[in-house]
Amino acid sequence: MARSFTPKVVTANALLEGDAVWLTEDNRWTRDIHEAELITDEAHGDLRLLEAQARADEIAGAYLADAKPGDDGPEPTHFRETFRTRGPSNYAHGKQVEL
Amino acid sequence: MYVYNDFDEAFVRSRVAQFRGQVERRIDGSLTEDEFKPLRLMNGLYLQLHAYMLRVAVPYGTLNSAQMRQLAYIADRWDNGYGHLTTRQNIQYNWPKLQDVPDMLDALADVGMHAIQTSGNTIRNVTADHFAGAASDEIEDPRPIAELLRQWSTDHQEFQFLPRKFKIAVTGAEQDRAVTKAHDIGLRMVRNDAGEPGFEVIVGGGLGRTPMVGKVLRDFLPKADLLPYCEAIVSVYNLLGRRDNKYKARIKITVHENGLEKIQELVEERFAAIRDGFSGHDQALLKEIEGAFAPPTFVTKSTDGYEAARLANPAFRSWSDTNLSKHKAGGYAIVSISIKKHGATPGDATSDQMRTMAAIAATYGHDELRISHEQNVILPHVHKSDLPAVYAALRAADLATANIGLASDIIACPGMDYCALATARSIPIAQEIATRFDELKIEHDIGQLKIKISGCINACGHHHVGHIGILGLDRAGVENYQITLGGDGTETTTIGERAGPGFSADEIVPAIERLVTGYMDLRTDEDETFLQAYRRLGMEPFKAILYPAEDKANAA
Repeated sequence: MARSFTPKVVTANALLEGDAVWLTEDNRWTRDIHEAELITDEAHGDLRLLEAQARADEIAGAYLADAKPGDDGPEPTHFRETFRTRGPSNYAHGKQVEL
Repeated sequence: MYVYNDFDEAFVRSRVAQFRGQVERRIDGSLTEDEFKPLRLMNGLYLQLHAYMLRVAVPYGTLNSAQMRQLAYIADRWDNGYGHLTTRQNIQYNWPKLQDVPDMLDALADVGMHAIQTSGNTIRNVTADHFAGAASDEIEDPRPIAELLRQWSTDHQEFQFLPRKFKIAVTGAEQDRAVTKAHDIGLRMVRNDAGEPGFEVIVGGGLGRTPMVGKVLRDFLPKADLLPYCEAIVSVYNLLGRRDNKYKARIKITVHENGLEKIQELVEERFAAIRDGFSGHDQALLKEIEGAFAPPTFVTKSTDGYEAARLANPAFRSWSDTNLSKHKAGGYAIVSISIKKHGATPGDATSDQMRTMAAIAATYGHDELRISHEQNVILPHVHKSDLPAVYAALRAADLATANIGLASDIIACPGMDYCALATARSIPIAQEIATRFDELKIEHDIGQLKIKISGCINACGHHHVGHIGILGLDRAGVENYQITLGGDGTETTTIGERAGPGFSADEIVPAIERLVTGYMDLRTDEDETFLQAYRRLGMEPFKAILYPAEDKANAA
């Protein structure tokens, strides 16, 4: 039996900073996961990932990450993706300073 | 120490120039990430969870003060003002920007350093005993051999695409401080019956998902045969090692699958074929290198001031009891600077701290520093009369923690706070354990204890050889920590045994506390270390402490 599709976001690392970024519906790379496009259709997800991967001079390592709808927009479901939204826990570096 | 000659300088500069071009082509989009990745990895540049990471090689962990100052400068100029010392005696920068990396590499080249072969399936930075040249139990300083191996392995045409990465460690001492039995090749200096120094060659050790203790390939290898023999080993591995499965590609698996005898046969055969090609140039080079590692001129002066300071200042006494080791020269000591302040990130040194350590090395330490695989910094040659001044300078820079070899001197990999491969965090666990033992004020009573934490099965935190090892895993989307006991990374290398089911992030620190206070009740007297008690009693009593019976009924 095919597994049901869980919602996804397209995420990657910004080319210059290496920082975690997410793809928005209007094709921007955002540093805030809440602005990301929440993808609920598998075929659409595959297509969006292909489009993201083609933007080689903006990002590196694009992939589809599980996400869920939240009050402010998409939210991560796995702790690894949660860490990517906020930076390391030992210092206020990375996203913790920016957001 | 070794200083770059014109050849080294030209080679490193040309690699920086090549990489500068590659970065430009990546940024303008003419190289894709798939094309660029192997190029950046060859130059030590990783892409992690939140940023790039540049891993700088510190050959056999040895630095002079100018290099340490330059590392501080790089941290301030292009990173976030600190560096992270690694378990392979390297230093990592966690926040470089892609366009800045060529400038960082140029700044490294200015002081005879680079990031070449700190990643990729090549021969990595050769590590050595961090007390090399100073240890009282040493036959010879192993660093000339390590430098010879560095020169031989750097850009070695045959070994740029090995089945998997390849790590060599070397020690000249009886006590193994270089974890030689957990390396692809471990070299331990020994003497033959005629009293000549040579090497016991150990092969196929390693940690990671399949931990193995290295096996002795040759009991005694004459020093002059070292390079051709190492070349024979890597050459055999290059052809025989598996390339079909990354998890079975390290030489430990090659040795395990083919058997030690088969490997011995092939290596000896290959050695015989290539030996004559090494016509003596390597030995002439070694002589030259040995000259560069001549010991400093040790002085003789009174140590009365040191003894008086010990009597007068209990904090200095405590620090000198824990952080000093015996030096081969009379009146001298080896100083271990703890980069493990309670509650801080293990192995992180700020640029100010780096400059302080550089200044101390220049003034009191014959201009030498070492990075240890235990993520601390060593001043190998300090006269005891200078120790009170060294201590005062360290204290002013928040570097005087007296915990070397104790419960809070924890090895921890970067874990999921930085690493893209990690399955759980390790730094916060190390911080919490160290903070807890500091609150309890019992770590000096506990005595020698090595706690090592890895945030994934690849075992960068050496958890398999920790007296207490902690492995962070992802169990159904939740961080979970497994405990192993009885590991040992010295000359009596032992892989720790798994104690039982893992603990949650909230449970792991209380579990470690229970384990350690439980050990204090079990030991015969305070001289029996945790490891000795474990070896005497076995797993059962420790298991009973970790998993008390009344909790078992409630355990899910």
